[in-house]
Amino acid sequence: MNEIKQQSVAYYPGCALEGSGHAYDRSTRAVAEALGLGLVEVENWNCCGAMEVKNIDPKLQTYLSSRVMSIAKEEMGFDQVMAPCNGCYHNLKKAEYDLANDEESVEVTERLSEKAGHATYKAGGIETIHALDWIKNTIGEDGLSKRIKKSLKDVKIANYYGCMYTRPRHIFPEKDQGPGSESTSQPHFMDDLLAAAGADIVDYPLKTACCGGAHTLSDSDTSTKLVVNLLRAAEAVGADVIATECPTCHSGLEMHQVRAEKVHDIKTDVKIVYFTQLLGLALGLSPRKVGLHENISDSLGFFKQKGLA
Amino acid sequence: MTPLDIIESRIAELAECPDASLAAGSLLKLGEETLEHWVSARGYVPTVAEKEGFRLLALHRQGAKDIPSFNACRETCRELAYHYNLITMASDHPDTKQRLRLASLVANHLYLFVRGKMEESELGDFCCSSKPIHGEPGQETGNEQRGI
Repeated sequence: MNEIKQQSVAYYPGCALEGSGHAYDRSTRAVAEALGLGLVEVENWNCCGAMEVKNIDPKLQTYLSSRVMSIAKEEMGFDQVMAPCNGCYHNLKKAEYDLANDEESVEVTERLSEKAGHATYKAGGIETIHALDWIKNTIGEDGLSKRIKKSLKDVKIANYYGCMYTRPRHIFPEKDQGPGSESTSQPHFMDDLLAAAGADIVDYPLKTACCGGAHTLSDSDTSTKLVVNLLRAAEAVGADVIATECPTCHSGLEMHQVRAEKVHDIKTDVKIVYFTQLLGLALGLSPRKVGLHENISDSLGFFKQKGLA
Repeated sequence: MTPLDIIESRIAELAECPDASLAAGSLLKLGEETLEHWVSARGYVPTVAEKEGFRLLALHRQGAKDIPSFNACRETCRELAYHYNLITMASDHPDTKQRLRLASLVANHLYLFVRGKMEESELGDFCCSSKPIHGEPGQETGNEQRGI
């Protein structure tokens, strides 16, 4: 465990991980335990502003995200807050950017923080990281491969990052900084970690392409067509599994895979699984421990066949 | 310009074309025409310029001007250009048939996104541009100020 650089991180699960993305929360916690990493949940956390608030009042969204960072920094003493949900991660990053660059956002945040009775978050106070950064920076590929109990060697995986992990680029200043850093055009952290767990990573050309995202319910036909194309491309490159790292992407892929079959009679068989669930299986955890039974996409039989469950 | 509906069916047909280099060129052209539809619908004349040797990339840049959410298809355009290079620069490679199939799926994704965006202009706003869908002009988050 000597190579673990940081034992504990402030953990911000966010709302989706308490609902539709519960398997992501479950598997993230299980992987943390298996790797000896501490997750300290942000006390009394609130919604990051998600799309509901941001669409109506983006300054209020900045404040809501800032409150999470304020608690993690000022009340809990952390220098990093980890958000596995791409939406939360994105919104905290956006708030950080706004508070560093937009005076009006600073004024609104100061006013609302004072009214709410907590310390005002100042830009630069804490670093927001994704679950991918967290495992990559603490355990790393070498440390991970040493801990693997059941290699993913017979599993072909297409990694799907979605959009909010890399776009818009200006809110992710730590990315595109050369070797070792994440790329916004060709993200690879999930590829690196799952390859370290033995997986056969396929070259997936649509890893950051649009899935319909926020329009998944309001414009289902567009979303279904986009998702079907993502699924077909994954199958075309030979993937058994699409690995996800965002509850919105994950739910969208799962729901529209079902909808495509029911409404359009288009059947695809690729499994949709959170990357933390895959890592958990590789670390020897049971399917139930990583919440495989909570997914809509039924992959249990596949993993049993591969000797991973 | 080829009508959008025909673009969709042509993309599917080209996936199985025996002449992969010819098909790759046609897919690239259909990608350009897809973007021409978007640029024209916004009242601009589609550029004939190239970026990094591809008109497709120049058209994407033109299409994304003042519409940062259009960057949702930026990497898709780049993947189409990449697959065009893969196929035409090594047409006798054993993976060429597979590469053509992928190029077709990539071109189709570009088509689906642009068509979706023409029907639902906010597609990609919330996520790819971090822009409030119902925001007022003074509420932008920095993208517009930065001109991206």
